[in-house]
Amino acid sequence: MLQVEHLSYEVTAEGRQSEILSDVSFSVADGEMLVITGPNGGGKSTLAKLLAGINRPTGGRILLDGKDITELSIDERAKAGIGFAFQQPPRFKGMTVRRFLNLAAGRSLTEDECCGLLGSVGLCAMEYIDREVDATLSGGEVKRIEIATVLAKEHDLCIFDEPEAGIDLWSFSMLVKRFEKIHKERKAGMILISHQERIIRMADRIMVISNGQVERMGGAGEVMPQLFGEEVESCACRQQKGGVLCGD
Amino acid sequence: MEINGVTKQVLDVIDSYGFKQEGAYNLRLDGMAVCHGDSRHIHIVKKEDVAGIDIFISGEARNEQVHIPVVMTKEGIDVVYNDFYVEDGADVTIVAGCGIHGSGCSESRHDGIHSFHVGKNANVKYVENHYAEGPKSASKVLNPVTKIYVGEGSVFTLETAQIKGVDRTKRETFVELSEGAKLFVTEKLMTDEEQDAVSDMEIRLLGEHSSAQIISRSVAKGTSRQVFHPKAIGENLCRAHVQCDSIIMDKAEVSSIPEINARHVDAQIIHEAAIGRINDEQMMKLQTFGLSEEEAEGVIIENFLR
Repeated sequence: MLQVEHLSYEVTAEGRQSEILSDVSFSVADGEMLVITGPNGGGKSTLAKLLAGINRPTGGRILLDGKDITELSIDERAKAGIGFAFQQPPRFKGMTVRRFLNLAAGRSLTEDECCGLLGSVGLCAMEYIDREVDATLSGGEVKRIEIATVLAKEHDLCIFDEPEAGIDLWSFSMLVKRFEKIHKERKAGMILISHQERIIRMADRIMVISNGQVERMGGAGEVMPQLFGEEVESCACRQQKGGVLCGD
Repeated sequence: MEINGVTKQVLDVIDSYGFKQEGAYNLRLDGMAVCHGDSRHIHIVKKEDVAGIDIFISGEARNEQVHIPVVMTKEGIDVVYNDFYVEDGADVTIVAGCGIHGSGCSESRHDGIHSFHVGKNANVKYVENHYAEGPKSASKVLNPVTKIYVGEGSVFTLETAQIKGVDRTKRETFVELSEGAKLFVTEKLMTDEEQDAVSDMEIRLLGEHSSAQIISRSVAKGTSRQVFHPKAIGENLCRAHVQCDSIIMDKAEVSSIPEINARHVDAQIIHEAAIGRINDEQMMKLQTFGLSEEEAEGVIIENFLR
């Protein structure tokens, strides 16, 4: 179980202090799926980075299974059970996909395990396993491998920062199914940062972050109508029909 | 011949294919050729006038290997001339390399001057690993000179690596490519402490449809210095791509001096060079796998130089 209490994050730029996140509190139970959404620049990715230990909060605390992890480094948090998929994953010269997945899993994966992982994100293992995670891969391919790295190991809490970004529709459907499967197993808690209605619909709870604050928080039934109802007129094409996504 | 522990240990590092006293091989130890063997298609002949060997590779050779490692466990200067004559159509891997197990407090230096005369439609892979170990007081120096003449339609692959322990190196590589010849070069280098490395390379694309791909990757740590000067000269319809990437750390210094020269309107030559510190995002990504900062740095360097 993740508990976030009064989390704040301030930065100083050109001598001026600005608050990126202010007094954010929420929790994610084991097996629960929380989807964080909201406008760009609202603080969603900053929050994800604070949870993963990439940035340190200037106020508040983070507890995982009752243990205060606020002061833990990135690797210590990983060992504590947090998995994190970057919105814009880095590329690595000389690193093969196989080695990357082994590092992510913390052990040597079998050929079958690698195939299963890559298959679950819509990549053909035979084609990718010995390729390098470098600039020869497209943005979508790197993004799918990024998601596979989080799936390579069991975590107490998995955080995916905009997993849909740069992924084609067919792979997106596979990805959604994979998230549904993890969700059904009800083991790990999941935080998904997303703008996609299909992902938002899967959520047990939805949190809307805007201007660095929690604007709304509640079950899908409660938040969804507010979220999309208001926008139907202006953005009718957001709806998803027959597995095909239009817009955004 | 019985190989002692230190020599075996050095051989294990420099000969990644595994050195065996089988087939075609020649082991040079402390300035002397101590054992050698021929195979049906590869003959090794000791030179009469200077130190070194002539290696004759028959056009009948298919997927064969020849191992010619050099190990130095004593101080002194060893200059050796090795000439390879590769017949038309041969397919061979040549595993060379030099390892110095330094001792005492003066210099151990090996200058390996290698020439490759490659016929038509041959496929040659030349693998050279350089490595040194031993006390700081013993200066360990390797100055290889490699001259490669690639015949029509042949493919030459040059893989060099110097990962550890060599205090000073000046590497000179000269290549001439005939019609339709292809060259693939991978150079990997890591320096640390006060080490110094210079690599000069000149690739002349003489023949029509010749091509060259040069990939150089290096890591400079401590107060070490590296200078790369690859030069590609296109004298015909040809293609060349030179890529130099360096990771700089601590107080090291890296210079990458590209030179591309076209002497024909259909010569296409590209040079890319980049020097930078270890990418913070790569570090963070690996740390999210549970790797410490030090472990993540090690993995990035290891893969970069793989």
